[in-house]
Amino acid sequence: MGCPRTVCEVKETGRNNSVATKTGKNQMMKRLVTSLMAMTLAGAVHAENRLDIVVQPEPPSLMLGLVSNGPTQLVAGDIYESLLRYDTDLNPMPSLASEWEISDDALTYTFKLREDVTWHDGEPFTAEDVVFSVDKFLRETHARLRVSLEHVESVTAPDAHTVVFKLKQPFGPFIGVFEAGTMPMIPKHIYEGTDYKTNPANNTPIGTGPFKFEAWEKGSYIHLVKNEDYYLDGKPAIDDVYYRVIPDAASRAVAFENGDVDVLPGGSVENWDVKRLIEMDGVCSTGHGWEYFAPHAMAWMNNREGPTSSKAFRKAVMYATDREFVKDVIWNGYGKVATSPVSSKTNFYSDDTVMYDYDPDKARELLAESGYDGETVRILPLPYGETWQRWAEAMKQNLEEVGVNVQVVATDVAGWNQKQAEWDFDIAFTYLYQYGDPALGVARSYLASNIAKGSPWNNVAGYENPKVDDLFAKAAVAATPEERQALYTEIQQILVDDVPVAWQLEIEFPTIYRCNVKDLVTTAIGVNDGMRDAYLED
Amino acid sequence: MKDFFKRFSRNRGALIGLFILVVVILVAVFAPLLYPDSPWKMVQRPFLAPFSVDGFPLGTDTLGRDVAAGLAHGARVSLIVGLVSTLVALLIGVPLGALAGFYGGLVDDGAMRFTEFFQTIPNFALAIVLVAIMEPTLPTITLAIAIVSWPPVARLVRAEVLSLRRREFVDAARLAGLSNMRILFGHILPNAMSPIIVMASLMVATAILLESSLSFLGLGDPNIMSWGYMIGAARTVIRNAWWLSFIPGVAILMTVLALNLIGEGLNDALNPRLARKGR
Repeated sequence: MGCPRTVCEVKETGRNNSVATKTGKNQMMKRLVTSLMAMTLAGAVHAENRLDIVVQPEPPSLMLGLVSNGPTQLVAGDIYESLLRYDTDLNPMPSLASEWEISDDALTYTFKLREDVTWHDGEPFTAEDVVFSVDKFLRETHARLRVSLEHVESVTAPDAHTVVFKLKQPFGPFIGVFEAGTMPMIPKHIYEGTDYKTNPANNTPIGTGPFKFEAWEKGSYIHLVKNEDYYLDGKPAIDDVYYRVIPDAASRAVAFENGDVDVLPGGSVENWDVKRLIEMDGVCSTGHGWEYFAPHAMAWMNNREGPTSSKAFRKAVMYATDREFVKDVIWNGYGKVATSPVSSKTNFYSDDTVMYDYDPDKARELLAESGYDGETVRILPLPYGETWQRWAEAMKQNLEEVGVNVQVVATDVAGWNQKQAEWDFDIAFTYLYQYGDPALGVARSYLASNIAKGSPWNNVAGYENPKVDDLFAKAAVAATPEERQALYTEIQQILVDDVPVAWQLEIEFPTIYRCNVKDLVTTAIGVNDGMRDAYLED
Repeated sequence: MKDFFKRFSRNRGALIGLFILVVVILVAVFAPLLYPDSPWKMVQRPFLAPFSVDGFPLGTDTLGRDVAAGLAHGARVSLIVGLVSTLVALLIGVPLGALAGFYGGLVDDGAMRFTEFFQTIPNFALAIVLVAIMEPTLPTITLAIAIVSWPPVARLVRAEVLSLRRREFVDAARLAGLSNMRILFGHILPNAMSPIIVMASLMVATAILLESSLSFLGLGDPNIMSWGYMIGAARTVIRNAWWLSFIPGVAILMTVLALNLIGEGLNDALNPRLARKGR
């Protein structure tokens, strides 16, 4: 299969040869040391058929039904599974469900489950587990799924291998929630009737996935082993997976260079190191595997007061900022300039909107039109490291060049949260996940009903437009994808013209790995569930 | 005065230091003429090595900003912070130390316990806390540096005043009917000036280092291009572009070294007997 959709190229430049030889030696030593260490640590290990992956930061827990932050999803995505998986275009693919059917009125979702699936402890996986997971366990513990479950009237199991979801009204995004991090399957026989949060089984997670939990050396590594009874023939192909905890970004880059680790999931090294690492011999990278999350970087503009309350001023900001430059220089060419509140990777994106190209002259005209009087505009950078700081500096410079007085506010994470939650900003950087559907990841930032002080995750800009509210409400429950597309296109046209938010970049966090690791990223959640199909080529 | 320069110039290091400082001051003063554009302006491709493209002798940084322009404008910030914070520290430390030394007793006890309170907290830690509490801007950073640097001044001045206040000229002044304040500020302090001047020159150096360290940690004023900021911002790319941290680093080193050399020269010039004894 090679690597479809991924950038698989071996860079061979004379310039790097001497370095490569040196690294090669180092690499062999390190590998020797690592495998010796692994043998003493974990007993007999097939060192040649193991994969070392960086996990950053160390996850608080691996119980995916209780904790769903990024690192947990990365590791536990190999242990737990859901009914479906999604390809990089967000089309559903079979997983625990082999077939599924949506009724014509879009109210009944019927899933046929595979009959040969067992839990890691040998118990068979049945429809009862699905009903328990969704209706009992996750409804209680999973805030993000609960929002979607509001639309569900009942979950039933007519037989041991059939599950039926009945909805109160059509809810288009529903087909997108059967992802492992959103709806992991939880074993009923272990959790029923217990206090989920304190169940001792949380420390030794039991799922249906291709890998079983083996050991967790806190602060060092998490060791998963192949599930010998996995229901797909010949899978997984890898025997051992070590998720390595390395707290410092520079050390993670070095660990990869030395051959200590084979995979750097997106975001585990600084942007500036990315370029150097992917230019090494035998190193591949891909920007795929984030489509389900589609991180959308944007800058809230305060729609309530100050210069940014003027639409002409907000448009001027869009024309004044050179977002291509940001992409090329600050993000090393990764990502795509965002043209709309919906990411182009998410369903129902439309490019039939106003386009804001870099045009300082137009920005100056709009600025004059807005009646801007030289007031200082405060930019709140995202305090997530150098990349975001440089980004705020670039925006400041862009705006000053068209005549806006800008002050970058110094902040830390707590201050950033607070200033956004209290609406104490003119322009504030952030990035948000889209979760595959505008109803799940986009609407929340623009609905008037979602304006509330105290949270940095709602409609922080304070945008209010009853028409948009109405369209979002209709679009979420429209019966067919065509109707939804029409409504979302209209929403995007209105929003892009109103520019309540300065959309910046569809971020891509490149996954960096050795080229002999094949089929690592084949789905919309990438490395999270990538171990199922990954294999090592000699 | 002539003697002063003669003694000062006998110290070769001090002359070199003075020369470097004058260059830095000239660069700082003429920065807006040399580089009229904002040092934040993105002018060329990023990561240009020094001397690789005409017009950018020191190369460009991570965003394509001219490093030479940053260095020139940064010199202004470093010198201003160094001078102003030292001045503020002197304004706090000198009167406090003078009063403590002159009046003794309870005043002395009170003032010195207060000073010790500040001395027991590590300088840099206190500066970080102060800057973090007040939002980091140029005035707050300057103030924070001043607040952590005055205690040694107070102690030095106190010691000087303690020894001077028993001299005959003070008795003479008192007999002449001068008020305490006139004696203290008109007669004692002028005689304590030389060690204060030497210390002040070293404090400017320390203040520049403190400002750089704060900016390095990301606690600088994000709107002002300073040397510490340049190093801090280049820290993550040190493997790809070492010169981005190296060049402003050398600038800090040279300036601080220059100030230290000058301090030594001043010491020689102002305390001739002490200096000769030392050799």
